[in-house]
Amino acid sequence: MYKEEEHDLALTKEQLVSLLGKMLLIRSCEEQVVKIYARGEIPGGVHTYIGQEAVATGVCAHLRLDDAVFSTHRGHGHALAKGMKPERLIAEVMGKATGCCGGRGGSMHLFEPSVGFYGTSGIVGPSILFASGAAYAAKLANTDRVGVAFFGDGASNNGAFHEGINMATAWGLPVIYVCENNMYATEVPFAKISKIPNIACRAQAYGLPGVEVDGNDVLAVYQAASEAVTRARAGNGPTLIECHTYRVRAHSEGMRDTGYRTQEEVESWKVRDPILLFKTRLLAQGVIAQAEIDGLEAEIRKTAEAATDFALKSPLPDPATVTDYLYS
Amino acid sequence: MRAMTFTEAAREGLAEEMARDPMIFVVGEGIGARGGNFNTTAGLYDLYGEWRLRDTPISENGFTGICTGAAMLGARPVVDFMFLDFELDALGGIINQMTRLRWMSNGQVKVPIVLRGGVGIASTGPHHSSNLFSLFMHLPGLRVVLPVFPADAKGLLKTSIRCDDPVIFLEHKKLMNLKGEVPEGEHLLPLGQASVVRPGKDLTIVAISYMVIETLKAATLLEKDGVLVEVIDPRTLAPLDIATILESVSKTHRLLIVDEDFSPGGAGAEIAAQLMEQGFYELDAPVRRLNGAFVPGPYSPPLEAAVVPNAQTIAKAAHDLLVE
Repeated sequence: MYKEEEHDLALTKEQLVSLLGKMLLIRSCEEQVVKIYARGEIPGGVHTYIGQEAVATGVCAHLRLDDAVFSTHRGHGHALAKGMKPERLIAEVMGKATGCCGGRGGSMHLFEPSVGFYGTSGIVGPSILFASGAAYAAKLANTDRVGVAFFGDGASNNGAFHEGINMATAWGLPVIYVCENNMYATEVPFAKISKIPNIACRAQAYGLPGVEVDGNDVLAVYQAASEAVTRARAGNGPTLIECHTYRVRAHSEGMRDTGYRTQEEVESWKVRDPILLFKTRLLAQGVIAQAEIDGLEAEIRKTAEAATDFALKSPLPDPATVTDYLYS
Repeated sequence: MRAMTFTEAAREGLAEEMARDPMIFVVGEGIGARGGNFNTTAGLYDLYGEWRLRDTPISENGFTGICTGAAMLGARPVVDFMFLDFELDALGGIINQMTRLRWMSNGQVKVPIVLRGGVGIASTGPHHSSNLFSLFMHLPGLRVVLPVFPADAKGLLKTSIRCDDPVIFLEHKKLMNLKGEVPEGEHLLPLGQASVVRPGKDLTIVAISYMVIETLKAATLLEKDGVLVEVIDPRTLAPLDIATILESVSKTHRLLIVDEDFSPGGAGAEIAAQLMEQGFYELDAPVRRLNGAFVPGPYSPPLEAAVVPNAQTIAKAAHDLLVE
């Protein structure tokens, strides 16, 4: 489907390993979440990011702590890529007092403003508007901070996409729109609900650059995001990046995953797993040895396990705090 | 103190706040060089330019969401919807996001934002006449402000802009040209403090928004009949200053609530319930409500007259309650 391109990015080994490490951290944490969900230790639903790790990783690698990221119901990966600590994520998913929102939000409502992560949402679309607004505030405050919106193909058919991108482009806001096209809005195939061949082409309608990349190729995402972030910081307005990717697990843990896609399709994407692709490339290019990868994987798995252990041992929130922070 | 209209007073408050804080900006359709459909921003564009007076497309959900994001990142947006009815296109984001973000982030973000728009039945037809006050009272995290007098419009708007939470600021179209004395300079009124606009001893009438004006007319009529009513303007419905109402009812022992908005699930129902919970033994008669009819806002004058309470119907309701 997409050609594996050689990217002339002149990344150091340290940078390349950092990209791999971030993807591995997201994968390991999600695997922990899957396990504890299966054990019945998560009160609510969970949408995993497994298979889409290259997108959050490739984009967030360019962001400063003060850049503002907004994400979706499938947002664990974005939170980790922007710098949320794994224990704060897993504790929140478990509804614990030590979670990033003290157990108020759960999997779909993650906030960590101290690292520029301004939240995920159980409603589809608002990340597009909030990131545009963060960019507006950056302009008012005369900073070169940027706003970044992650959203799916489903959100591209919501009014927030059309209204937000139209305004942000008209006003030249420093924002990057990252559409993760995983082909299904929940379980409705994009092709059944839109006539257009891709989402990037919608950029033409609003007058901003729209680019399509292989969202399972972390370097392709990295390259596109590099250009978009540079463009936004320089005051040249927003960019829409469409990342073709795939969620290999069900829409939500525990949900039936049949009737809308074939097992063959799922398997074909597993072969194109973003972590597998990147490891293969790094090994082939002699950037890293298998032993180093093994060491890195073991270390990151330990981090994710420690985070889970922390979350499991953490207290539940005190019911007396439930009205805190409603009014200032 | 000088006499000025409600709209002029609110605009003075906005201008003072914009001069004080460069992170305040206004969005809306025609609020830039045109100065706003109701002159809410007249003259400000020349002072502050397009980044702080941002003309928008007709994308209510879009620009309201943009303002929510901007507020989380340190800006203080004022969203000028022109009419409350237009704001309804943005309601999903207001309810799901704007009013909940502070709470659901465990206090890590704040959303200081003012939503303003014209309300009230004023020959404007079903799509430009909504009140819907109680809809907004029902949202945890939101403050609901309904100024009546010009001085209050200024003082409450300034406080609303400084509030660290979202505030909905509703301006009745029949009040916009009302004139009154307005303090110069810093004039700040707390949110959640009712005003006793006319003292009396026989009956308490809580009137909401423009109904305060009709109730004051009714009070003059009633005085001729020897009835002295105490008229209370709650000024904010959330928070609701039930203490001031309770204090008045402790004196008069009767309560009538006058609201142009519908009665089912309305502000009057909430006021009545709180009063009965906290002051049941003060009452000599049931709490009564006089509301606008439970229909959309009509256009033609005789239909409007059939829907909206006025001085005569208020006076009659007062007399009826006094003999209960």
